[in-house]
Amino acid sequence: MTRYESVLEMIGNTPVVNASALSPNPNVAIWVKLEGRNPAGSVKDRVAISLVEAAEREGRLIPGQAGQTLIEPSSGNTGIALAMVCRLRGYHLKVVLPSNVSIERRQLLLVWGAEIVDSPGSEGSNGAVRMAQTLAAENPSWVFLYQYANPANPLAHYTHTGPEILADVPEITHFVAGLGTSGTLMGVGKYLKEHKPGTQIWAIEPPSGEMVDGLRSLEDGYIPPVFTDNDGANLLDRKVVVRPKESIEWTRRMSEIGLFVGISSGAIMAGAVKCASLIPEGESATIVTIACDDGWKYLSTGAWTDDIDEVVERAKRIIYF
Amino acid sequence: MAVTLRIPTVLRPATGGRATVDAVGATIGEVLGSLSQEYPALTPQLFNDDGSLHRFLNVYVNDDDVRYLGGLAAPVVDGDEVTLLPAVAGGASA
Repeated sequence: MTRYESVLEMIGNTPVVNASALSPNPNVAIWVKLEGRNPAGSVKDRVAISLVEAAEREGRLIPGQAGQTLIEPSSGNTGIALAMVCRLRGYHLKVVLPSNVSIERRQLLLVWGAEIVDSPGSEGSNGAVRMAQTLAAENPSWVFLYQYANPANPLAHYTHTGPEILADVPEITHFVAGLGTSGTLMGVGKYLKEHKPGTQIWAIEPPSGEMVDGLRSLEDGYIPPVFTDNDGANLLDRKVVVRPKESIEWTRRMSEIGLFVGISSGAIMAGAVKCASLIPEGESATIVTIACDDGWKYLSTGAWTDDIDEVVERAKRIIYF
Repeated sequence: MAVTLRIPTVLRPATGGRATVDAVGATIGEVLGSLSQEYPALTPQLFNDDGSLHRFLNVYVNDDDVRYLGGLAAPVVDGDEVTLLPAVAGGASA
């Protein structure tokens, strides 16, 4: 279908493209699902509409009623997607945003009228989550959807992303995705384990560098409730961390096959390539991976054009997952 | 087996400020055990009370999370790099 009554109907049903030309193993195919094709530009459109519609069903939000405010911590894409949905539904959105996200992420929030509440960049997403929790507790009339703990987050992927993947790539053997709130991995992972038993679920963890250095104590650590509520430790088969340089290198390599994707997509592709290289000789596999967003929001980082070592140093200071 | 451990900033007070430490063992459990013997102040930050891996500590062998490689029983070989990192929310900076 290419004719829509509302932008919200355009969320999901994203295309999958063959990226096997970048596979290091001739017996391993790699397919990339292009979530940048969502109307607000990322996989988080699926989460935003799911969170808001769940709150409306529960009566926590009433469409069209004046004076309703939402608060949400986000390093960018969830905030941007929620800002678009809230604009259409008439809700006021406050996004708690670490100060060190790319300038384009900040600007996109303003496009759809969100209010930005800055949290310390040195505390990364942990700091944004903490500040949002505090502000939500102090302002009980605000609606706190809390994507890190809300079952509507993985549910969006269980009911849509997972079935789309299995319909388009029924021969899938491995699903490789990034670990943020863990919503994509938990929702798609659970769907695939149920409907294509034996599918391996691999998590790619962003490098944590400077932000981790800001922790005062190990007890300041954080595991998203979405991960523990879905028994993530048992659902995942493997978790690997990728380095900033690999992330940039693979973001660039993806342009060789025409894909202009965000830096987290490069990181996840680096993980998919690792996965492909570990498939034993004589075995074949089909990996499906996610490109969370397109490259537009990262042009200011010079990721494609500047000296790679300079880009890597710059990338260590911004949040791109 | 001799491996190199990378210690995160938050744990360095317990290692006298050292960022890398050498340790021996055939498994992650043995490596962390020898580390906690050498630096007893680290013990409560490595293990829960029941002896399992501390829930906010992630341990990687050459970038692979050991929780999915057999946990404390995960094998190590000479020259492996073992990285300890606190668990943090997704969206961490690079």
